[in-house]
Amino acid sequence: MSDTHEHSVAFVRTTEIPQQTAPSSAAGPVKWMRDNLFATWPNALLTVAAFYVIYLVLSATLPWILGGLWTTSSLSECREVLQGRSAACFSVLTERWNQLLFGFKYPAELYWRPTLAFLLMFIALAPVLFFDLPRKLLIITGLFPFAAYWLIWGGTVWIPVFALVGFVAGYFVYARFVAQNFAAGFFGGIVAAAVVWYIGGFAVAALAPATPFLEAVPSRDLGGFMLNMMLGLTCVSLSIPLGIALALGRQSSMPLIKWICVIFIEFIRGVPLITLLFVASVMLSYFFPPDQTVDLFVRVVIMITLFSAAYIAEVIRGGLAALPKGQYEAADSLGLDYAQSMRLIILPQALKISIPGIVNIAVGLFKDTTLVSVISMFDMVGMIRGPILASTDWNGVYWELFGFAALLFFVVCYGISQYSQWLERRLATDHR
Amino acid sequence: MSTLSDPPKGSFRLSMLLNDTRYRSMTLQVIAAIILVSALGYLYSNLATNLREAGLNISFGFLGSSAGYDINQTLIDYNSQSTNLRAAFVGILNTLLVAFMACITATILGVFAGVLRLSNNWLVRKLMSFYVEIFRNIPVLIWIIIIFTIMTAVMPGPREFRGDEPTASMFMDLFAFTNRGVYTPAPYFTRGFGGGEGSALNWLLALAVLVASFFGARFMTKRANVVQEATGIRPNTLWTNLAIWLLPITVFCLILGLAWDIPVLKGFNFGGGIKIGGPLIALWLALSVYTGAFIAENVRAGIQAVSQGQTEAAAALGIRPRRVMSLVVLPQALRVIIPPLISQYLNITKNSSLAIVVGYADITATLGGITLNQTGRAIECVLLLMLFYLVISLTISTAMNVYNSSMKLKER
Repeated sequence: MSDTHEHSVAFVRTTEIPQQTAPSSAAGPVKWMRDNLFATWPNALLTVAAFYVIYLVLSATLPWILGGLWTTSSLSECREVLQGRSAACFSVLTERWNQLLFGFKYPAELYWRPTLAFLLMFIALAPVLFFDLPRKLLIITGLFPFAAYWLIWGGTVWIPVFALVGFVAGYFVYARFVAQNFAAGFFGGIVAAAVVWYIGGFAVAALAPATPFLEAVPSRDLGGFMLNMMLGLTCVSLSIPLGIALALGRQSSMPLIKWICVIFIEFIRGVPLITLLFVASVMLSYFFPPDQTVDLFVRVVIMITLFSAAYIAEVIRGGLAALPKGQYEAADSLGLDYAQSMRLIILPQALKISIPGIVNIAVGLFKDTTLVSVISMFDMVGMIRGPILASTDWNGVYWELFGFAALLFFVVCYGISQYSQWLERRLATDHR
Repeated sequence: MSTLSDPPKGSFRLSMLLNDTRYRSMTLQVIAAIILVSALGYLYSNLATNLREAGLNISFGFLGSSAGYDINQTLIDYNSQSTNLRAAFVGILNTLLVAFMACITATILGVFAGVLRLSNNWLVRKLMSFYVEIFRNIPVLIWIIIIFTIMTAVMPGPREFRGDEPTASMFMDLFAFTNRGVYTPAPYFTRGFGGGEGSALNWLLALAVLVASFFGARFMTKRANVVQEATGIRPNTLWTNLAIWLLPITVFCLILGLAWDIPVLKGFNFGGGIKIGGPLIALWLALSVYTGAFIAENVRAGIQAVSQGQTEAAAALGIRPRRVMSLVVLPQALRVIIPPLISQYLNITKNSSLAIVVGYADITATLGGITLNQTGRAIECVLLLMLFYLVISLTISTAMNVYNSSMKLKER
């Protein structure tokens, strides 16, 4: 039919007309603004209102931040320099930088130790967070808790060494017996570790030198953002295994175990963290053997770990429930026993589903570590509200300090949630 | 003759306790019970020994003794001679008050921000996600302290309202925003029952009138539905409903003589009106904006969870765009939104325990704070405190479960 017009029309164009560019009102930034900012009248009003809000916020804060002073030595000096002008006095951050990060009692000449531990933390976390890195790096992750303990608390090196040896012994016994029977391997490993630690208790007492290589720092001297990081990292990593155990216990067909887990989880989730911290600070010591005093840090770690374990258990239970029933049945039909089916089939999938939830809990937990300031531990918020604002030099510098604390928490928490979103995309194996 | 499915016969051996699935769970539970009982027994024996050595005992007698401290914001009569139990009760009411207020404002804020996050407007969308990220990623404790600092450090003191040329002035001559709190006009009845003291009765009557209006309005709406079903024409209910809501309460207020007690500056402080303390406002605002950010995310997720096909199907049926939202999208979104919303309400209640930081006298600050420190009854106080929060949480989650099962998608 292509030649129909040849006889009826005088002229037929044989070449294509070159494509024209879109009119300027329908392309480029103008179109974008029309679509996204001024689509309708109410929308345009909304845009103007939003611009006004942004202007208000920026005009109030920007001059204050940009005009800030960084080098004065006290608030009164700041006010002298500013002469009534409204601007920030960031000098408090430069002057109290170490106190904000390490607390006010940690020996100044030993700051390199927590800093080193902090740097090591990135190396240790890298293979856990990014699967593409060589798996050999996990050895560093395994060694990190012991190295960090030794660096931060100092004292004799034999305590972390024997703790590590206990874990290694437990692992070897587990690896030796697990092929025959999971229970034998699991409990054998626990017994082996316990034996090593028991012997190690005597060995440390015998081996400990009078003046250790790293000077010992008592844990009541820890403070600042370091304390928040330590509590957050320790409690999250301890509560994940506990949370898995609780979630499996709650799904168990054995009524006694199920009910123990249900009562524990519902109890912990029903009370605020602050009451659990009260338990740690005033009540928990009554439950320890009479002749023993347990460190406040350890007591707080115990309570926060139990707290987040209950929440993580609920998240993982959601993951277990979200798995199709066929997965459980397939594992059973392959003849796997309970431990094998959980380890090889169920948990890898359930944990993958629960990752966003677990990260949410971890972020929440990290934010909640600021609550320890209520039971008079000097974490970042405790340092600001306590020693820094109470000092005569800096009494009244609220915005700079709390703004800095807020910024620090924001950076960490936002970073973690961005990582979790990346991980979610990365792990998505379903077809959508 | 035996078939394959018959259980193996034979004498019972001890190893079967672990290896035979018929007995294994029993064995494990017995072991768990033994471990649990011995752990609890160990803890209890430690507790008993420690208490004996410290010369303490467990007793709740301190609740009946005089508290000996003042509370600045109370909903019921209280003075320093009242008992610790009454102080705890004041704390409970204060906790419920701030939680209730924060739940309402957080919901409004959250729904607002959540809907705006789905707006077509790029700038508004970005602004709202900025709000959500900022508030979600910074600890609520820091927010409470920052807002409390704004309340105390930025607001003018009552002193600045005095003099011929005051540096601060009252808002519309009705509200005074000071660093001690906000003073608002207080309503009262001049011709009420029982004079000035019997005012609670008047408020109950006012509430009864409102409840009656509610049922009246509901009756009208239902009748309109019936008429619409029968004739296809919906009678206009707007004006009748407005009248049902407004007329009775207006008449009621006129009869009893509603008047407003406006705060005035007396000496160095404001008198009259209702004082809403600075700590309460700080806690209320901080919990609202913090939880509002979480609720915004829930609302957004809920609306996005309703598939696009539903909107398109509604449009294909010829339903107007505005009705699509209220008749098709929202009812389905609510099913997704409400469970996390209620757990956010629980979080507000639990986070209200941070009142202790700004000195608001909630249950944690009275029973778990001053009473605990003054009487030294740590174990009793903390146990009672946990019991209170546990009762609240379990009540709310039970209500939520009932709601969930009633709202569950009825499939097949």
